[in-house]
Amino acid sequence: MTTRAVEAWTLQPLQRFVGEAGARLVLLMTPAGQVMAQHGFSRALDVMSAAALGTAIMASTAEIARQMRQPPFAALTHQGERHGIFLAGLPTNHGAIVALVVYDLDASSLGLVQLFFEQLATELQAASPKAGVPKQVLAADFERELSNSLNTLFGR
Amino acid sequence: MSAGGLAGALDLVTRVRGVRGAMLVSAADGIVVADQLMEGIKGTAVAALAGSLAGRLGRAMSAAGVGDTLFWHLQCSGGALLVVPAASGILVVAVAEPEVNVGLARLELMRAAQAVG
Repeated sequence: MTTRAVEAWTLQPLQRFVGEAGARLVLLMTPAGQVMAQHGFSRALDVMSAAALGTAIMASTAEIARQMRQPPFAALTHQGERHGIFLAGLPTNHGAIVALVVYDLDASSLGLVQLFFEQLATELQAASPKAGVPKQVLAADFERELSNSLNTLFGR
Repeated sequence: MSAGGLAGALDLVTRVRGVRGAMLVSAADGIVVADQLMEGIKGTAVAALAGSLAGRLGRAMSAAGVGDTLFWHLQCSGGALLVVPAASGILVVAVAEPEVNVGLARLELMRAAQAVG
């Protein structure tokens, strides 16, 4: 299983998290769905789908919390028959990151993922560079940037 | 079982001299269900790691053909971890000092496991 990062500072904390928590798939992305790093995915299409769905779930739950006049939910978990899914946001100097983690129930557990997620959040916060002036995303650049990210994430 | 009942089950364990804390942990999830811990014990970390260990030990016991786990005792230089699995998939966990009366602690852990169901 390979771990690859578009943002180099995310790579080491992510590799450590994968090793400690026994995660099968991990995706680190911006709240807009731009992928920063991934572990375990073998197809670009899966990454794009997971990023879009993960950030959409985060946006939906944040809105539910807002409607309930509550702070945003810290994390969302789903336990299936063989796999568990953990979705949570974390703050960094570079802006918020959304993490999507899929783990095998045979090899890991929600408790382990939660435990090492706290460590991942701390390490990413420490490793993240200060955010610069946000770059305007132009439609013309979007596809090129997406292609570049996917090429990096899959070692092309 | 009510929250009061869970606390009562933990009381059985924490009354034993040398026990620094007791927890009920969901074995499958590694999450704390209830706890009574002294300050300085990282309950969530103990729960997550004990849950993971329970799963692996269970598989090892099964592979060895020796049946289900009834009790485990991990003795370390600065203390001990004592665990009894309950029938409902809850682990009754005690964090203890090195000189704890292990026999008595085990007895109370088993009573707590029976109370939890």
